[in-house]
Amino acid sequence: MSEQWIWRCDHVIPSDTMAARRVLDEVLQALESQHWQQRDVFSVHLAMEEALVNAIHHGNHLDTAKHVRVICLVSPDRVRIEIIDEGGGFAPAAVPDPTCPERLHTCCGRGVMLMKAFMSRVEFSSVGNHVVLEKDRSEAGQSL
Amino acid sequence: MPPFRRLEINEVGDVTVVRFRDHKIVEDINIQELGSEMFHLIEVENRDKLLLNFSSVDFLSSAALGKLITLDKKMKAHGGTLKLSNIRPEIYEVFAITRLNRLFDIKDDEADALAAF
Repeated sequence: MSEQWIWRCDHVIPSDTMAARRVLDEVLQALESQHWQQRDVFSVHLAMEEALVNAIHHGNHLDTAKHVRVICLVSPDRVRIEIIDEGGGFAPAAVPDPTCPERLHTCCGRGVMLMKAFMSRVEFSSVGNHVVLEKDRSEAGQSL
Repeated sequence: MPPFRRLEINEVGDVTVVRFRDHKIVEDINIQELGSEMFHLIEVENRDKLLLNFSSVDFLSSAALGKLITLDKKMKAHGGTLKLSNIRPEIYEVFAITRLNRLFDIKDDEADALAAF
């Protein structure tokens, strides 16, 4: 059965964090206008923030000639976000666990873990330059 | 003391209490500036008891966590004490998932944190 999408956007933005911020704000406003709970909005905010930073910094290396595509679909009970960069990708399984004692003091490498923790589903393409983030809408009183 | 653009500084006894002017700590340039101001407190002003009160913060990214980790390293190198307080539940979840709640001494509120120095 196909999903009943009630809101969508599809943007191609330069590798620039301010452009990413505008798209992020647009998505968060869409969720708030649909009265999504604040903890869900926080989760989507965090996951999109981390994914966009990965695409712009690690994927496109801040190259303004390269672009990032952001597609967002919202249904009454689910949000789906796709973020695609023009970089060479990476192997998500090879990202070291940032919580192991010897890596706890490192200053980076927590983005993928946070995406997976705060979203319902996170899938990377085989190349690793295309991530799909999905969040199921919480019921009132339901934890993260 | 230089003007701080990202931080509000107060003295409570011998503890320096730091609050954040930004509600969302995400922008690269702001995080860099925020880091410089926090490092200044330790490296230039030699403050050795620092409490970061997050009551005004409703969002932060992993880049901000990285800056806090560097701050913790600098404070330990100076032999001082760093504590965090007033972290809202969603942000505490970020610390818990990344296990940084084990690295940082996090108290529920400012009074608890001050009493623990």
